[in-house]
Amino acid sequence: MSQNSQNNQNGSPAATALIAEDEPLLAQALQAELARAWPALRVLASVRDGVSAVTQTLQLQPDVLFFDIRMPGQSGLEAAAELADEWPQDTPFPALVFVTAYDQYAVQAFEAQAVDYLLKPLQAARLQKTVSKVQLALSTRAPAAINSVAEQGSALDQTLEQLRHLLVASRAPGPESGPLKVLQISVGNSIRMVPVGEVIYFEAADKYVRVLTAGHEYLIRTPLKELLPQLDAQSFWQIHRGTVVQAGAIDTVSRDESGKLTLSLRGRPEKLAVSRLYSPLFRAL
Amino acid sequence: MIGRPMQFPVQAVRKIDWLSKLRHFLQVLAFALGVATIQYAFLPDRPYGPPLVYSLFIASITWAVIDLGREFFPSSRETGWPQGWAGLGLVIGAIVIGYLAGTWTADKLCLYYGWYSAGARPAHIDPGQERSSILITALAGIIGSYYFYTINKSAYLIRKMNEAHQHANEARLKLLETQLEPHMLFNTLANLRALIATDPQRAQVMLDHMIAYLRATLGASLSATHTLQAEFDRLRDYLELMAIRMGPRLSYTLDLPPELAQHLVPTLLLQPLVENSIKHGLEPKIEGGQITVSARRDGPAVVLEVLDTGVGLSGSGEDRPGFGVAQVRERLANTYGLASAIELVADISGGTRATARFPYKE
Repeated sequence: MSQNSQNNQNGSPAATALIAEDEPLLAQALQAELARAWPALRVLASVRDGVSAVTQTLQLQPDVLFFDIRMPGQSGLEAAAELADEWPQDTPFPALVFVTAYDQYAVQAFEAQAVDYLLKPLQAARLQKTVSKVQLALSTRAPAAINSVAEQGSALDQTLEQLRHLLVASRAPGPESGPLKVLQISVGNSIRMVPVGEVIYFEAADKYVRVLTAGHEYLIRTPLKELLPQLDAQSFWQIHRGTVVQAGAIDTVSRDESGKLTLSLRGRPEKLAVSRLYSPLFRAL
Repeated sequence: MIGRPMQFPVQAVRKIDWLSKLRHFLQVLAFALGVATIQYAFLPDRPYGPPLVYSLFIASITWAVIDLGREFFPSSRETGWPQGWAGLGLVIGAIVIGYLAGTWTADKLCLYYGWYSAGARPAHIDPGQERSSILITALAGIIGSYYFYTINKSAYLIRKMNEAHQHANEARLKLLETQLEPHMLFNTLANLRALIATDPQRAQVMLDHMIAYLRATLGASLSATHTLQAEFDRLRDYLELMAIRMGPRLSYTLDLPPELAQHLVPTLLLQPLVENSIKHGLEPKIEGGQITVSARRDGPAVVLEVLDTGVGLSGSGEDRPGFGVAQVRERLANTYGLASAIELVADISGGTRATARFPYKE
């Protein structure tokens, strides 16, 4: 917080930014264009992959993020989702701007939304528009200290909502044959056929996914990212980057003082944490 | 045979084209009329009625058994004709059934309506007459079957040809689509735009590579060939573009021995493999890596190799390098037949090694 609480002569804080773009020339170009369009903006760091994007953002806490969508390590969307989970509760979430050369799904999802996007090659006029939009967003939320928690929350909710849509849109389409019915899990020398309906939750564990039913626990090699599109979205809900739970197996949802949600399940003793990105899924009727 | 269709799953039976069946039936009737007329021409003292009735019945029943029966052979699904002995068996069986059932029905009919001339007996009772009837039936059956078999075969070949043509067109379109992938195009343009401001000379070099790449891609036809020298030049254009974009994350080596420089290869054969190395190998890898493209002579064969130090074959499954490899394999097979091969293996370094092998030609 030390960097972005510095005030300039106008009394408004000097905004800070982080750029995540894997192509060095494009990162330089964006920085140069930003220097023209928004001279007061200080670029704290320019990183080349989706993993450093998260660690650097958490460390430097900039006001604006310019994330390329296709990056090594993890995509800009995934990086933003991870940030949303890890972001400290008492600090306003940075304004997000995605930068993409050509991602049809993303461009459609971004249209007329609060989270902004830029198309490569960058056009100065378009960048200026984005800058004005971000400046407006920053000015309405500053100063962070007086900003009511509720107001902050709703802006973040909006951002998270979009991020959720984008993540779903960016996923590979599910199989045409409809959702998966049975999981074929190799156990020793045999293959265990586990009906998907018996699974209480899936949990990502390194390169594997743990599959938990009422009585058993299995490991499968398919990454959660590939498994997700094959599951029936109505009955299996993602509640965290690494957790997908069968909605019908959720017993109670409890909220602690800080607003964090925890699920208890029918048939399993574990308690599952719901990340901020997926908290809006649980609202009392 | 009638009881057999139940054994096959419904989708295994081709949808029956009744219009063509009717056409076949009418052709068979005309053929039977012709046979009866010839018979009558040889023995004008006998009445025209009986041979006509016999001919029509034998022909219709034989036709029904063959033309409807072949639908029940799973091996006839593709070509419309049962394969090997089944086809021959069907024809012989149909002729026997057609002859027996046809003469029996015709006997009954002729006796009932009194079409035999006074004193003439049903044909099969007269041994001489029976022999010639069998001969006529067998000959007519074989000629008729052969006629339909040829028609069928040529229709099948034409259909296959159209399919192959369509397949080639689709492949060409797909090739173009992957090479002119919008993401690649716009990112390259973005880099160019950035370079114009900071380093106009490098921008010009990049633009030249891009022009050469676009010209090669848009002009490339799946059937044409060019020299390995041209192939490696085009790969250099592409890799140079990617190197400008990826900066220090990509380094590459092209190794073409001078004695192979003039050897012909299908245009842009290796392009999909190099693209795979970038897209599935190096792009997902944070620190990037190296691509080596090499050509060498191995006895009677030319070996082309694309080696990368990327994330390897176990990478994300969203779109594995399957399409590119399949495409190269198909083009190799189209050009060199069975003498060619391509394999994709995990390299000891952790990356991927794609090797294409085909006969050396002077």
